Amino acid sequence: MVPKRRRLIIIASYAALLGVVVTLTLTALQDNIVFFYTPKEIAETNLGRDQQLRLGGMVKNGSLDIVGLDSKFVVTDGEYDIAVTYGNALPSLFREGQGVVAEGRIIDGVFMADNVLAKHDENYMPADVAEKLKEQGVWQGSEMETGDAQ
Amino acid sequence: MIAEAGHLFLIIAFALSVLQIFVPTYGIVSHNPKMVTATSTITLISCGFVMAAFLALMYGFVTSDFSIALVAEHSHSSKPMIYKISGLWGNHEGSLLLWILILCLFAAALAAGFTSMPAILKARILGVQGVIATAFIAFSLFTSNPFARLSPPPFDGRGLNPVLQDPGLAMHPPMLYIGYVGLSLAFAFAVAGLIEGQIDNLWARWVRPFILAAWCALTLGIGLGSWWAYYELGWGGWWFWDPVENASLMPWLVATALLHSVLVLERRGALKSWTILLAILAFSLSLLGTFIVRSGILVSVHSFASDPSRGVFILAILMVAIGIPLALFAWRGPRLASSGDFAIISREGMLIVNNLLLVSSTVVVLTGTLYPLAYELANGGKISVGPPYFNATFNPLLALMAIGMAIGPLFAWRKQSLGRLSKIFTIMALAVLIAMITYVFALQPAGVTAIAAGGIIIWLVAGIIAEIAVRVQLFKVPLAHSWRRFTGLPVATHAVTLAHFGFALFLFGAVSDSYHRSETITRATANSMIELPDTVMGQGRYFEFAGVEAREGANYVTQTALLHLYDKHASKLDTLTPEIRRFPVEQQTTSEAAIRSRLSGDIYAVLGDGNETIGWTLRIYQNPFIGFIWIGAIVMALGGGLAMLGGRRLETKNGSAS
Repeated sequence: MVPKRRRLIIIASYAALLGVVVTLTLTALQDNIVFFYTPKEIAETNLGRDQQLRLGGMVKNGSLDIVGLDSKFVVTDGEYDIAVTYGNALPSLFREGQGVVAEGRIIDGVFMADNVLAKHDENYMPADVAEKLKEQGVWQGSEMETGDAQ
Repeated sequence: MIAEAGHLFLIIAFALSVLQIFVPTYGIVSHNPKMVTATSTITLISCGFVMAAFLALMYGFVTSDFSIALVAEHSHSSKPMIYKISGLWGNHEGSLLLWILILCLFAAALAAGFTSMPAILKARILGVQGVIATAFIAFSLFTSNPFARLSPPPFDGRGLNPVLQDPGLAMHPPMLYIGYVGLSLAFAFAVAGLIEGQIDNLWARWVRPFILAAWCALTLGIGLGSWWAYYELGWGGWWFWDPVENASLMPWLVATALLHSVLVLERRGALKSWTILLAILAFSLSLLGTFIVRSGILVSVHSFASDPSRGVFILAILMVAIGIPLALFAWRGPRLASSGDFAIISREGMLIVNNLLLVSSTVVVLTGTLYPLAYELANGGKISVGPPYFNATFNPLLALMAIGMAIGPLFAWRKQSLGRLSKIFTIMALAVLIAMITYVFALQPAGVTAIAAGGIIIWLVAGIIAEIAVRVQLFKVPLAHSWRRFTGLPVATHAVTLAHFGFALFLFGAVSDSYHRSETITRATANSMIELPDTVMGQGRYFEFAGVEAREGANYVTQTALLHLYDKHASKLDTLTPEIRRFPVEQQTTSEAAIRSRLSGDIYAVLGDGNETIGWTLRIYQNPFIGFIWIGAIVMALGGGLAMLGGRRLETKNGSAS
């Protein structure tokens, strides 16, 4: 085959592949972006009822209530609070007074979580939570170990 | 004193790396062959000093010398020896020194070996390595000195993060660094080739062992990392599309592409510019990975503590490492005329398809990884891009790769008539059809994607078998002849078969796990029964939860659950003991999953919160065939190792012939 024609075919097929990849990527990005909010931002923004979002903050001391697998707790940024319900086992490192990230949606003012991630080690999770909490002066560093949920 | 000596050694190594840049440059310009050959000596001495610096720091960790700030912060006198040693690279400063050591060892390997290589080319490559070494030693000395002293020294160290106290993780960073840094040599080869304005099949033959070594190490490193995440993080999963994971996956994808394109270059003299570009890209992505992990710019499960000044330094290295070679490429690239003539339907054509798919998947991963950053810069809001994005974009590309991988090796170089392969394709398609029907009736798979994924795996395995069958002329000649042909096949062929088969095993593990796993989450009181859903691993199984007891470990105390596993005939199979560990020194708690591993799959139990009155939460996963993910990675790496062996044979054979 003539090299020129070969190159043309290769370029054309790559352009086609690239088109498919870009389309896939953009569609997937549109459907799968999850926004991150603190309780304060939730209180101040008008959120759509069915919007999937991530909530970050600290589990309020004394707010955890567990019945069977269902749990209720309050996430706070020191200024605003929001009640969270979760119908599954909390991660083993979930503690009151520590950072938490919950993914889910808000229904009638209550955050219905379908996934809860607890602070895993000093490096994990609240990097973005911590940033927001630091901005609001609530964050007290990572060595904090308070009320034991057990 | 040892720490100061180590610091001094590193400074000397810095000076030597600067020499390693200028001596060959001046030697080549002034046509001074002595200076050209002296480059190798300088490289070896420089490597010696870095090794001495590394050993000095190692001595500090082994003897728990807490007057060194790094040791005080990341070690503790009560820690087991293996974690004292691995504590060295469990942090930013120490791991950077390890990075530099591996860089210098690779350069030393090139300097000491490869005697058939033209001295000028070797000097140029070592010169480029010198630039990289200078940049990174400067990085270490000026922003992250591992030898800084603490005064007064504390009585004891702060300990290593308990999550990192793990044998899998002790080996994970060194493996990964061998991979990242091995790619720096491919990069140096590319830049040196651009400077010379000449790339040929000899160049490809010399660079290939380095790419293979880097690729094998990356494969094992990523495998170890995901294995660690699987058993240590207690989420029952093995890959989370976390930025740091992606950071190691991207260089692997490009290195895989490079591995295949360099084959075309070696055999057929084609794809020269493309190979150069891939070599530059592969190392750039390694640096990007380093940048992501160390700058803390992206939220991740396992990023090191962030420090903006370090981020800026790596970003600067990254810009230079991408910018200058690309400019050089734009200038010199057009000179690299490719010679090989081939048709689209050929082995070359299939390898191009492989390359395009691998690069596209890299783009997809890169987009998903950096999108949150771009979004934050543009809109100021925080977002995250999760696994659904990657599943929707990466998996289809992976499927296409597997389909192509099955038939690629069947294609002849230069030109392949499809008609001659139609019989094989028909047999393969039949095998797929039978397997899919069996699958549907035997296991009731969840949905069309599961069936498609199953079909693709069978297609891949059928392709691998077909390739061997064709080569040994199975059933066309007597079996004994086929066997003799099989044993007579070149090592390189077995290497390809092995690596591709490893990939098939990996896919098998990943697909079985994602479509046939089960998850049981419950709150149970002591002496209760937990039934497990039926899976391919077994039916009618159940756990008897005997309760939680306190135990004492080496440097921690635990709460340990006792879970007795029974099969459907009520005979006891095993006892699982997931536990929560409390580390008094580090003031941290970790959760330790209990895993019963069999070839047919894992039973994975995690203990959650609770007490005697309300019971404890227990999460139990059944992950069928999940072990094949890591077995596959090992087999792939073995294939890579075999390819290195095969390449060497070829060189010695040619050497003796000439």
